[in-house]
Amino acid sequence: MERNNKIAIIGAKENILPFKAVGVHVFPVNHYFEAVEVLKKLARDYSVIFITEDLAAEINEILDRYRAKPYPVILPIPGAMGSTGYGMKNISHNVEKAIGLDILNIK
Amino acid sequence: MTRINVNPTRMELRRLKTRLKTAVRGHKLLKDKADETIRQFMLYIKENKRLREEMEKEVSSVMKSFLLASAVTSPQTMEEAVSMPGFSVDLDISTKNVMSVPVPVISIIPTEQKELYPYSFASVSSELDMSISNLSNVLVKLVKLAEVEKTCNMLADEIEKNRRRVNALEYVMIPQLKETIKYITMKLDENERGNITRLMKVKDMIEATAEKLRG
Repeated sequence: MERNNKIAIIGAKENILPFKAVGVHVFPVNHYFEAVEVLKKLARDYSVIFITEDLAAEINEILDRYRAKPYPVILPIPGAMGSTGYGMKNISHNVEKAIGLDILNIK
Repeated sequence: MTRINVNPTRMELRRLKTRLKTAVRGHKLLKDKADETIRQFMLYIKENKRLREEMEKEVSSVMKSFLLASAVTSPQTMEEAVSMPGFSVDLDISTKNVMSVPVPVISIIPTEQKELYPYSFASVSSELDMSISNLSNVLVKLVKLAEVEKTCNMLADEIEKNRRRVNALEYVMIPQLKETIKYITMKLDENERGNITRLMKVKDMIEATAEKLRG
Protein backbone atom coordinates (compact mmCIF):
# COMPACT_ATOMS: atom_id res chain seq x y z
CA MET A 1 0.00 0.00 0.00
CA GLU A 2 2.06 2.87 -1.30
CA ARG A 3 0.31 6.20 -1.03
CA ASN A 4 1.50 9.36 -2.64
CA ASN A 5 1.39 12.41 -0.44
CA LYS A 6 -0.93 14.40 -2.61
CA ILE A 7 -4.41 15.83 -2.40
CA ALA A 8 -7.08 15.03 -4.97
CA ILE A 9 -10.45 16.64 -5.51
CA ILE A 10 -13.56 15.22 -7.16
CA GLY A 11 -16.47 17.35 -8.26
CA ALA A 12 -18.17 19.23 -11.05
CA LYS A 13 -15.61 21.02 -13.18
CA GLU A 14 -16.68 24.58 -12.47
CA ASN A 15 -16.59 23.92 -8.72
CA ILE A 16 -13.14 22.46 -8.45
CA LEU A 17 -11.16 24.37 -11.03
CA PRO A 18 -9.71 26.92 -8.58
CA PHE A 19 -8.15 24.07 -6.60
CA LYS A 20 -5.99 23.24 -9.57
CA ALA A 21 -4.14 26.52 -9.23
CA VAL A 22 -3.12 25.75 -5.63
CA GLY A 23 -1.58 22.39 -6.46
CA VAL A 24 -4.43 19.98 -5.81
CA HIS A 25 -4.93 17.24 -8.38
CA VAL A 26 -8.27 17.83 -10.01
CA PHE A 27 -10.60 15.09 -11.29
CA PRO A 28 -13.73 16.54 -12.86
CA VAL A 29 -16.80 14.30 -13.10
CA ASN A 30 -20.24 14.91 -14.54
CA HIS A 31 -22.33 12.38 -12.71
CA TYR A 32 -22.21 10.54 -9.44
CA PHE A 33 -21.62 7.08 -10.88
CA GLU A 34 -18.62 8.53 -12.61
CA ALA A 35 -17.57 9.89 -9.24
CA VAL A 36 -17.77 6.39 -7.74
CA GLU A 37 -15.41 5.01 -10.36
CA VAL A 38 -12.95 7.84 -9.94
CA LEU A 39 -13.14 7.64 -6.15
CA LYS A 40 -12.39 3.92 -6.10
CA LYS A 41 -9.33 4.48 -8.24
CA LEU A 42 -8.11 7.47 -6.25
CA ALA A 43 -8.66 5.82 -2.87
CA ARG A 44 -5.79 3.46 -3.61
CA ASP A 45 -3.25 6.19 -4.23
CA TYR A 46 -4.21 9.46 -2.62
CA SER A 47 -4.16 10.07 1.11
CA VAL A 48 -6.52 13.03 1.15
CA ILE A 49 -9.49 13.31 -1.19
CA PHE A 50 -11.87 16.26 -1.25
CA ILE A 51 -15.30 15.73 -2.72
CA THR A 52 -18.06 18.26 -3.24
CA GLU A 53 -21.00 17.94 -0.86
CA ASP A 54 -23.64 17.35 -3.54
CA LEU A 55 -21.71 14.34 -4.85
CA ALA A 56 -20.86 13.07 -1.38
CA ALA A 57 -24.54 13.03 -0.46
CA GLU A 58 -25.27 10.81 -3.48
CA ILE A 59 -22.58 8.23 -2.79
CA ASN A 60 -22.83 8.10 0.98
CA GLU A 61 -22.72 4.29 1.04
CA ILE A 62 -19.44 4.22 -0.84
CA LEU A 63 -17.93 6.76 1.52
CA ASP A 64 -18.93 4.60 4.48
CA ARG A 65 -16.53 1.92 3.26
CA TYR A 66 -13.55 4.16 3.80
CA ARG A 67 -14.60 5.20 7.27
CA ALA A 68 -12.90 2.41 9.22
CA LYS A 69 -9.30 2.99 8.09
CA PRO A 70 -7.17 6.05 8.80
CA TYR A 71 -6.35 6.57 5.10
CA PRO A 72 -7.64 7.74 2.66
CA VAL A 73 -9.25 10.70 4.36
CA ILE A 74 -12.32 11.78 2.39
CA LEU A 75 -13.57 15.26 3.17
CA PRO A 76 -16.81 16.72 1.84
CA ILE A 77 -16.46 20.43 0.97
CA PRO A 78 -19.13 22.90 -0.12
CA GLY A 79 -19.49 23.68 -3.82
CA ALA A 80 -20.30 26.93 -5.55
CA MET A 81 -23.87 26.86 -4.28
CA GLY A 82 -22.69 27.19 -0.71
CA SER A 83 -23.01 24.62 2.03
CA THR A 84 -25.82 22.09 1.80
CA GLY A 85 -25.45 21.12 5.44
CA TYR A 86 -24.20 17.66 4.53
CA GLY A 87 -20.94 18.07 6.42
CA MET A 88 -22.64 19.40 9.52
CA LYS A 89 -25.10 16.52 9.42
CA ASN A 90 -22.16 14.15 9.49
CA ILE A 91 -20.82 15.76 12.63
CA SER A 92 -24.12 15.57 14.47
CA HIS A 93 -24.50 11.98 13.28
CA ASN A 94 -21.15 11.17 14.86
CA VAL A 95 -22.13 12.81 18.12
CA GLU A 96 -25.36 10.86 18.19
CA LYS A 97 -23.55 7.62 17.52
CA ALA A 98 -21.03 8.19 20.27
CA ILE A 99 -23.13 9.73 23.00
CA GLY A 100 -26.66 8.81 22.00
CA LEU A 101 -27.87 12.38 21.90
CA ASP A 102 -26.91 15.36 19.78
CA ILE A 103 -25.64 17.58 22.56
CA LEU A 104 -23.92 20.15 20.34
CA ASN A 105 -27.25 21.26 18.93
CA ILE A 106 -26.25 21.08 15.31
CA LYS A 107 -29.24 21.23 13.07
CA MET B 1 -31.04 -15.70 32.97
CA THR B 2 -29.92 -18.90 31.35
CA ARG B 3 -27.03 -20.76 32.86
CA ILE B 4 -24.20 -22.33 30.91
CA ASN B 5 -24.58 -26.05 30.28
CA VAL B 6 -21.71 -27.59 32.26
CA ASN B 7 -21.13 -30.53 34.60
CA PRO B 8 -21.55 -29.51 38.24
CA THR B 9 -18.07 -30.48 39.36
CA ARG B 10 -15.54 -28.80 41.59
CA MET B 11 -13.16 -28.37 38.65
CA GLU B 12 -15.80 -26.62 36.59
CA LEU B 13 -16.65 -24.38 39.52
CA ARG B 14 -13.07 -23.30 39.89
CA ARG B 15 -12.80 -22.60 36.16
CA LEU B 16 -15.97 -20.51 36.14
CA LYS B 17 -14.86 -18.51 39.15
CA THR B 18 -11.67 -17.48 37.33
CA ARG B 19 -13.69 -16.58 34.28
CA LEU B 20 -16.02 -14.44 36.35
CA LYS B 21 -13.10 -12.64 37.90
CA THR B 22 -11.66 -11.90 34.44
CA ALA B 23 -15.03 -10.76 33.13
CA VAL B 24 -15.60 -8.35 36.03
CA ARG B 25 -12.13 -6.93 35.64
CA GLY B 26 -12.55 -6.58 31.88
CA HIS B 27 -15.89 -4.89 32.37
CA LYS B 28 -14.38 -2.32 34.68
CA LEU B 29 -11.50 -1.63 32.31
CA LEU B 30 -13.78 -1.24 29.29
CA LYS B 31 -16.03 1.10 31.22
CA ASP B 32 -13.07 3.29 32.07
CA LYS B 33 -12.01 3.17 28.45
CA ALA B 34 -15.47 4.31 27.35
CA ASP B 35 -15.30 7.31 29.69
CA GLU B 36 -11.91 8.39 28.44
CA THR B 37 -12.74 7.84 24.76
CA ILE B 38 -15.84 9.99 25.09
CA ARG B 39 -13.84 12.73 26.76
CA GLN B 40 -11.32 12.69 23.90
CA PHE B 41 -14.13 12.56 21.38
CA MET B 42 -15.74 15.66 22.84
CA LEU B 43 -12.51 17.60 22.41
CA TYR B 44 -12.19 16.54 18.80
CA ILE B 45 -15.82 17.04 17.86
CA LYS B 46 -15.84 20.61 19.18
CA GLU B 47 -12.74 21.34 17.13
CA ASN B 48 -14.38 19.64 14.16
CA LYS B 49 -17.49 21.77 14.40
CA ARG B 50 -15.56 25.00 14.73
CA LEU B 51 -13.23 24.21 11.83
CA ARG B 52 -16.04 23.10 9.57
CA GLU B 53 -18.05 26.23 10.19
CA GLU B 54 -15.05 28.40 9.38
CA MET B 55 -14.07 26.33 6.37
CA GLU B 56 -17.54 26.31 4.86
CA LYS B 57 -17.74 30.06 5.08
CA GLU B 58 -14.33 30.56 3.53
CA VAL B 59 -14.62 27.98 0.77
CA SER B 60 -18.02 29.35 -0.17
CA SER B 61 -16.61 32.85 -0.50
CA VAL B 62 -13.71 31.52 -2.59
CA MET B 63 -16.17 29.77 -4.86
CA LYS B 64 -18.23 32.90 -5.15
CA SER B 65 -15.31 35.06 -6.21
CA PHE B 66 -14.24 32.35 -8.62
CA LEU B 67 -17.71 32.34 -10.14
CA LEU B 68 -17.51 36.11 -10.48
CA ALA B 69 -14.16 35.78 -12.17
CA SER B 70 -15.42 33.19 -14.60
CA ALA B 71 -18.40 35.38 -15.40
CA VAL B 72 -16.19 38.05 -16.90
CA THR B 73 -13.68 35.71 -18.52
CA SER B 74 -14.34 33.15 -21.23
CA PRO B 75 -14.28 29.51 -20.04
CA GLN B 76 -11.33 28.67 -22.28
CA THR B 77 -9.18 31.46 -20.93
CA MET B 78 -10.21 30.49 -17.42
CA GLU B 79 -9.21 26.89 -17.86
CA GLU B 80 -6.02 27.81 -19.56
CA ALA B 81 -5.17 30.16 -16.72
CA VAL B 82 -5.29 27.50 -14.00
CA SER B 83 -4.34 24.47 -16.08
CA MET B 84 -0.60 24.62 -15.43
CA PRO B 85 -0.12 25.05 -11.70
CA GLY B 86 3.35 26.11 -10.67
CA PHE B 87 3.58 23.51 -7.94
CA SER B 88 1.75 20.65 -6.29
CA VAL B 89 0.96 20.29 -2.59
CA ASP B 90 2.97 17.73 -0.66
CA LEU B 91 1.64 16.20 2.53
CA ASP B 92 3.33 14.63 5.48
CA ILE B 93 1.13 11.73 6.53
CA SER B 94 1.41 9.45 9.53
CA THR B 95 -0.85 7.91 12.15
CA LYS B 96 -1.08 8.39 15.87
CA ASN B 97 -2.75 6.42 18.57
CA VAL B 98 -5.79 7.86 20.35
CA MET B 99 -7.21 5.33 22.83
CA SER B 100 -5.77 2.49 20.73
CA VAL B 101 -7.47 3.78 17.59
CA PRO B 102 -5.01 4.57 14.81
CA VAL B 103 -5.98 8.03 13.55
CA PRO B 104 -4.40 10.03 10.75
CA VAL B 105 -2.02 12.94 11.24
CA ILE B 106 -1.62 15.11 8.18
CA SER B 107 0.32 18.28 7.58
CA ILE B 108 1.35 20.19 4.49
CA ILE B 109 5.04 20.18 3.76
CA PRO B 110 5.84 23.81 3.13
CA THR B 111 7.37 24.26 -0.30
CA GLU B 112 9.10 27.35 -1.48
CA GLN B 113 6.40 29.47 -2.95
CA LYS B 114 7.58 29.87 -6.51
CA GLU B 115 4.62 31.40 -8.20
CA LEU B 116 1.14 31.38 -6.73
CA TYR B 117 -0.51 32.67 -9.89
CA PRO B 118 0.30 30.42 -12.82
CA TYR B 119 -1.10 32.79 -15.45
CA SER B 120 -0.52 36.18 -16.90
CA PHE B 121 -2.42 38.95 -15.15
CA ALA B 122 -3.44 40.45 -18.46
CA SER B 123 -5.79 37.65 -19.46
CA VAL B 124 -7.96 37.24 -16.37
CA SER B 125 -9.78 39.44 -13.91
CA SER B 126 -8.57 40.29 -10.43
CA GLU B 127 -11.31 38.24 -8.78
CA LEU B 128 -9.38 35.13 -9.77
CA ASP B 129 -6.27 36.38 -7.99
CA MET B 130 -8.37 36.96 -4.90
CA SER B 131 -10.02 33.58 -4.96
CA ILE B 132 -6.75 31.75 -5.51
CA SER B 133 -4.82 33.52 -2.80
CA ASN B 134 -7.71 32.93 -0.40
CA LEU B 135 -7.91 29.31 -1.39
CA SER B 136 -4.26 28.66 -0.73
CA ASN B 137 -4.79 30.03 2.78
CA VAL B 138 -7.85 27.85 3.30
CA LEU B 139 -6.02 24.75 2.14
CA VAL B 140 -4.14 24.43 5.44
CA LYS B 141 -7.43 24.53 7.27
CA LEU B 142 -8.96 22.00 4.90
CA VAL B 143 -6.17 19.54 5.59
CA LYS B 144 -6.50 20.07 9.34
CA LEU B 145 -10.24 19.55 9.09
CA ALA B 146 -9.71 16.36 7.08
CA GLU B 147 -7.57 15.03 9.91
CA VAL B 148 -9.95 16.04 12.70
CA GLU B 149 -13.08 14.84 10.94
CA LYS B 150 -11.59 11.44 10.23
CA THR B 151 -10.51 11.16 13.86
CA CYS B 152 -14.06 11.94 15.00
CA ASN B 153 -15.47 9.34 12.65
CA MET B 154 -13.14 6.67 13.91
CA LEU B 155 -13.58 7.56 17.57
CA ALA B 156 -17.37 7.49 17.20
CA ASP B 157 -17.15 4.01 15.71
CA GLU B 158 -14.85 2.89 18.49
CA ILE B 159 -17.14 4.27 21.19
CA GLU B 160 -20.07 2.40 19.70
CA LYS B 161 -18.15 -0.87 19.51
CA ASN B 162 -16.88 -0.43 23.02
CA ARG B 163 -20.36 0.18 24.35
CA ARG B 164 -21.52 -3.10 22.84
CA ARG B 165 -18.72 -4.94 24.57
CA VAL B 166 -19.49 -3.33 27.93
CA ASN B 167 -23.16 -4.19 27.60
CA ALA B 168 -22.49 -7.76 26.52
CA LEU B 169 -20.32 -8.26 29.59
CA GLU B 170 -22.64 -6.48 31.98
CA TYR B 171 -25.94 -7.97 30.88
CA VAL B 172 -25.04 -11.37 29.44
CA MET B 173 -21.64 -12.74 30.42
CA ILE B 174 -21.49 -11.79 34.07
CA PRO B 175 -25.08 -12.77 35.03
CA GLN B 176 -24.65 -16.06 33.19
CA LEU B 177 -21.47 -16.90 35.02
CA LYS B 178 -22.94 -15.92 38.38
CA GLU B 179 -26.00 -18.05 37.73
CA THR B 180 -23.93 -21.07 36.79
CA ILE B 181 -21.62 -20.71 39.75
CA LYS B 182 -24.63 -20.56 42.05
CA TYR B 183 -26.10 -23.66 40.40
CA ILE B 184 -22.89 -25.67 40.82
CA THR B 185 -22.44 -24.60 44.46
CA MET B 186 -26.01 -25.63 45.28
CA LYS B 187 -25.60 -28.95 43.52
CA LEU B 188 -22.35 -29.69 45.34
CA ASP B 189 -23.86 -28.73 48.71
CA GLU B 190 -26.82 -30.95 48.03
CA ASN B 191 -24.52 -33.88 47.25
CA GLU B 192 -22.61 -33.21 50.43
CA ARG B 193 -25.78 -33.23 52.54
CA GLY B 194 -26.89 -36.44 50.82
CA ASN B 195 -23.59 -38.01 51.66
CA ILE B 196 -23.77 -37.03 55.33
CA THR B 197 -27.27 -38.44 55.75
CA ARG B 198 -26.19 -41.68 54.13
CA LEU B 199 -23.21 -41.98 56.50
CA MET B 200 -25.38 -41.34 59.53
CA LYS B 201 -27.84 -43.95 58.37
CA VAL B 202 -25.11 -46.53 57.81
CA LYS B 203 -23.62 -45.79 61.20
CA ASP B 204 -27.03 -46.33 62.83
CA MET B 205 -27.43 -49.64 61.02
CA ILE B 206 -23.98 -50.84 62.06
CA GLU B 207 -24.67 -49.92 65.67
CA ALA B 208 -28.01 -51.70 65.61
CA THR B 209 -26.38 -54.91 64.32
CA ALA B 210 -23.62 -54.72 66.93
CA GLU B 211 -26.26 -54.32 69.67
CA LYS B 212 -28.09 -57.38 68.47
CA LEU B 213 -24.94 -59.50 68.37
CA ARG B 214 -24.01 -58.50 71.94
CA GLY B 215 -27.46 -58.86 73.31
